[in-house]
Amino acid sequence: MADEIKVGAYICKGCGLGERLDCGQLATIAEREGKANLVREHEFLCNAEGVAMIQNDIDNEGVNKVMIAACSRRSKTEAFSFDNVAISRANLREGVIWVRPDDDESSETTQEMAADYVRMGCSEIKYMTLPPGSEETASNNNLLVAGGGIVGMTAAIEAAAAGYPVTIVEKSGVLGGSARDEYKRIPESMPYTDPEDTGVAEMVAKVEGAGNITVHLNSTITKTSGAPGRFSADISTESGSTTTENFGAIIMASGARNYDANQLPELGYGKTPDVVDQAGLEKLAMEANGGPIKRPSDGKEIENVVFVQCAGQRSTKEGHLPYCSGHCCLTSIKQAMYFKDQNPNVDTNIIYSDLRTPGAGGEDFYRSGQQKGITFTKGEVSEVTAGTGGPTVKFQDLILDQEVNENADLVVLATGQIPNSGVDIDAVESTDNEAEEGAEVVANEVTVESILNLDYRQGKDLPHLKYGFNDSHFICFPYETRRTGIYSAGPVRRPMDMAQAKEDATGAALKAIQALENAKLGRAAHPRSGDLSFPLFRKEGCTQCKRCTVECPFGAIDEDEERYPLFNEARCRRCGTCMGACPVRVISFDNYSVDTVGQQLKNVDMPDEFDEKPRILVLACENDAYPALDMAAQNGNHYSPFARVIPVRCLGSVNTIWVTDALNSGYDGIILMGCQKGENYQCHFVKGSEIAHIRMSKIDDTLESLSLEKERVETYEVAITDIERAPKLINDMAEAVEKVGMSPFKF
Amino acid sequence: MTDANQQMVEQYRNNFLREVEDNVEEGEWVKMCMQCGVCSGSCPLGPHWDHPPQELFMMIRAGKRDEVLQSSSMWMCTSCYNCIVRCPRELPITHIMHGLAHYAKRLGIAPKNQPTHKFSQLFWNNLTKTGRVNELRLGLSLYFMNGIGEGIKTSLKMQKIGLGMLMTKRLTPMELIGGHKCKDAKGLQSILKKAEELEAARIPVAGK
Amino acid sequence: MAKKSYSFYPGCSSQKAASASNYMTSVDSMCKTLDIELNEIPDWNCCSASIGYAGGGELPRLALSARNMAISEKENPNQDIVATCAACWLATKETQERLHDDDKLMAETNEALATAGLKVEGNQKIRHMVEVLIEDFGYEEMGKHVTKPLDGLKIAGYVGCQTNRPFGIDGESYENPKYLDKLVETMGAEPIENYDKKVSCCGGALAFSEPEKSQALIKDIIESAYDGGADMIVTPCPVCQMNVEVYQDHINQKYKTNFKMPVVYYSTLMSVAYGGNGKEAGLDGQIIKAKQLEDIASK
Repeated sequence: MADEIKVGAYICKGCGLGERLDCGQLATIAEREGKANLVREHEFLCNAEGVAMIQNDIDNEGVNKVMIAACSRRSKTEAFSFDNVAISRANLREGVIWVRPDDDESSETTQEMAADYVRMGCSEIKYMTLPPGSEETASNNNLLVAGGGIVGMTAAIEAAAAGYPVTIVEKSGVLGGSARDEYKRIPESMPYTDPEDTGVAEMVAKVEGAGNITVHLNSTITKTSGAPGRFSADISTESGSTTTENFGAIIMASGARNYDANQLPELGYGKTPDVVDQAGLEKLAMEANGGPIKRPSDGKEIENVVFVQCAGQRSTKEGHLPYCSGHCCLTSIKQAMYFKDQNPNVDTNIIYSDLRTPGAGGEDFYRSGQQKGITFTKGEVSEVTAGTGGPTVKFQDLILDQEVNENADLVVLATGQIPNSGVDIDAVESTDNEAEEGAEVVANEVTVESILNLDYRQGKDLPHLKYGFNDSHFICFPYETRRTGIYSAGPVRRPMDMAQAKEDATGAALKAIQALENAKLGRAAHPRSGDLSFPLFRKEGCTQCKRCTVECPFGAIDEDEERYPLFNEARCRRCGTCMGACPVRVISFDNYSVDTVGQQLKNVDMPDEFDEKPRILVLACENDAYPALDMAAQNGNHYSPFARVIPVRCLGSVNTIWVTDALNSGYDGIILMGCQKGENYQCHFVKGSEIAHIRMSKIDDTLESLSLEKERVETYEVAITDIERAPKLINDMAEAVEKVGMSPFKF
Repeated sequence: MTDANQQMVEQYRNNFLREVEDNVEEGEWVKMCMQCGVCSGSCPLGPHWDHPPQELFMMIRAGKRDEVLQSSSMWMCTSCYNCIVRCPRELPITHIMHGLAHYAKRLGIAPKNQPTHKFSQLFWNNLTKTGRVNELRLGLSLYFMNGIGEGIKTSLKMQKIGLGMLMTKRLTPMELIGGHKCKDAKGLQSILKKAEELEAARIPVAGK
Repeated sequence: MAKKSYSFYPGCSSQKAASASNYMTSVDSMCKTLDIELNEIPDWNCCSASIGYAGGGELPRLALSARNMAISEKENPNQDIVATCAACWLATKETQERLHDDDKLMAETNEALATAGLKVEGNQKIRHMVEVLIEDFGYEEMGKHVTKPLDGLKIAGYVGCQTNRPFGIDGESYENPKYLDKLVETMGAEPIENYDKKVSCCGGALAFSEPEKSQALIKDIIESAYDGGADMIVTPCPVCQMNVEVYQDHINQKYKTNFKMPVVYYSTLMSVAYGGNGKEAGLDGQIIKAKQLEDIASK
């Protein structure tokens, strides 16, 4: 590898670039201003001849950095992939000629736009080096599964069958989880008409017979530390003995527990034994084992049973669950079938407000239930009282608009699930004294124990998103949590039934395997899969402010004994939020740093204020916003010729120095485009967009002190579908700039 | 009043639902309704039903035997089949409504002065006599079904129409005396008699 | 085209001097031009037309249609049964379906038929006349025989209920079937676009028992045709024809409208277009005269 840097700049003339632009001038700019050592133009750069030309320069002319001025960096990635060289792409096609009209009026500004992008490409490549890959590689094929229920067992079986040894840690004395306590399950296969065997025994046998699955019963995980490829977990039994084992990846399958129906006295629970919850019905069914189901109070064979749906759920009342637990309508239909299959003359009435039977199989099961004579009544239950003959259900029939008192032998309340998601690390911050014991007070006054006991600075468990469920990136990557290498599956991340849970477990197992394989190569996992770069940290400049440590969405940064940040590369997703956070800019990546972006924006040719040619900087996140702009261009949507778009990995990685530098350089407007934030976030790095918005909200004071108008800096949430809106936002900024005038900082 | 009418039915038990399943034409479909309401929304005379079809199905499940069978609702059905083609569960609603109407009549509890009830019975009586409808006789029996006073009033109201039909040879006074008929009307009547016998054997309540 | 023969079920209203006798007249004329031979099912009986259900339970009503099918199978073997009346077609076709679906019903029906020495198999296709025209002839063939195109006429294609639901004609949509419009076009006239009451019920048999409710529906049907600029309304169903035609005076009185919309059958249009005179086309059967058709017919 030559010490001397030789940059090859390549200007493509295909796709209309040769016709619309003066490529000769661009070549001159690359040489003189961009300081490229070797500049070439080509009619059709991505074809075999063009690619060979570049490869030849690499092999025989000593070129070790390549700047390609052609189409978007998202296009022709296979053609323009060259080993062992850093590559930058100037977007002349989607970024310039496709977003500008092909007329004489525009030709001047179009050329200026292209020229700037060539300058930017050349400065970017100057500061980029090829990432060598993290030295922190670790090879461990073992998977740790927390939880031995259906989810945990499925994940274990699937991973083991793929050749990866698995260790299951189960809190209770048996495998099976909540499915063990069910008489039968909702059907999993065609024709979806009858309840099926739960399959627990079969699954346990598979686990025990697999050969590469180790099971720890009556055990919990008392400490987890490390990173993908090198996790270390302490597994402790009830009696107190502990073993420490190493793992490549972890799956959290701790499931959910039943809502305590004692909180529903108005529905009769606790007032009479003949009001049970769904778990209670399963017990009665198991006792009956195919014979008539008898009610608890006096053993009478049940002749009519009423099911109350949404009991203590989908309700804003205190102590109730605000969400729907997803499986309970199907479960009630299944339980009503327990009665009907044994004796069709038993009357079963399911009182619902909305009937949710997800999946095509769910709808078939519902129809089968109706076929068997289960009655469905749309109604609102107000009270269940105990009487001499049995419980009475008072409800408002919403179709017939009448109040009804229905007598029943048994009432079954469809109560909800509460995820075993461990400690809420965001809540712990406000109750420091309890932090030591690792316990935490939840809404309904129950202390929870940590599941994973992570030895991470940010907290003991996976962060929660909503209603106590683990944060999993719903929109893009369902099993992904905010801890790299740890995947959640099953009802711990959202309410679901058994069929969905098994699918979830399989998906999580796949992701876990992918993670541990990536760790062997020092590569990032999703969403920057295969990325070999990792944060480089210049300790000497660090002020120990801890912003990077606290703001990292993935808790990848711990603290060392000297209170400096300790980077765990394998836990890093390479989003660069740490780089954006650092006020002294000591964090960077080989191919993405404060300079690779900062120098780009500084090397844009800045016309003086009399030229009436403003400059608008657009920092667009590469996940949604930049593709949206590319697609807008493909659709022929135009935007202002004064925009200069720089893709960033995530808005979280935007360091405010870029904004400051841009303002000082005379930019008239700055737009940040990132993904949606908040509870229904789409940000591919979960928190990046949110953090950027918070940082930018503090910029207003700075702007004021510089006597600059607030309209000059905007931060937007942009989705990949905003093909019409994204260009419009740029044009809106151009209009705003026209109104407030040129930046006084131009020189 | 038959015994069946006096039967005590507890609320929301399946007794009436089962009764409908056993005795009403296409009655086994009632339990498949998912209460979406498209039928009620699609019916051309919908607003005139005391209880539109969706509600009737729920009432059957709720055991409201008398309210359903004594209702005039199902007699509002014009057989337009709009409900049938739109029902997402493919219930043969038109036929269920006719079935409920017939069953109510069989039990003797259909609303006595319901005009479509009366007209329908007149129609059947008319056609079974000769095997073909005698339109003039049908029309007259319709006008006079509520008594002579009403009959004369209606006849006067319809006289222009009647005249128009006469003039265009779409009505003949000869039908008063004779009219079209099947040659084997007797055969037809024996067929119908047998059919009624077989059906009555299946349906336990013979009714009055 | 070679002669086509069908086993024919006219239905009560198409009998001589009955309420749709003019329909029959125009059908005869149309069939002559198209070389269709209609073999009337001997001694056919009434189908009870969706209104017999108070007196007739399920089995008796099925038996009515089954008798017709049995006679047709015996006397007109190897022919499709064609009905010109929408209700007759629907009743017979439905009966055939039910008997095929339910062996017990089929057995019981045959038990009943046996008392008159008949037996039904249900092996002849049950078709409506418009189906025959569209499927066996096609619009192009039908157009070939037009000698007096109905130029300048704007006609609303009122499909109604029972040729449309539940079986439909020619696989068309239930919500907007176009076959009458296409037929109108083929005859040289202009169909009304967006006739939004095209498949709305006229009240059917309830025009007799619930005249007020039914007439409210009919008013909308006519008004929508008027709003579309129609000169007349065309229909394939005898009940619709009568209902929409004869109550216009009563409707005018109640709703203060000024309707005088002729209502004709598709076969009426075709007879005139094929060169038939007023009598042949059954035009003298119109209570509200279709003057424009009379003019074309007398040319």
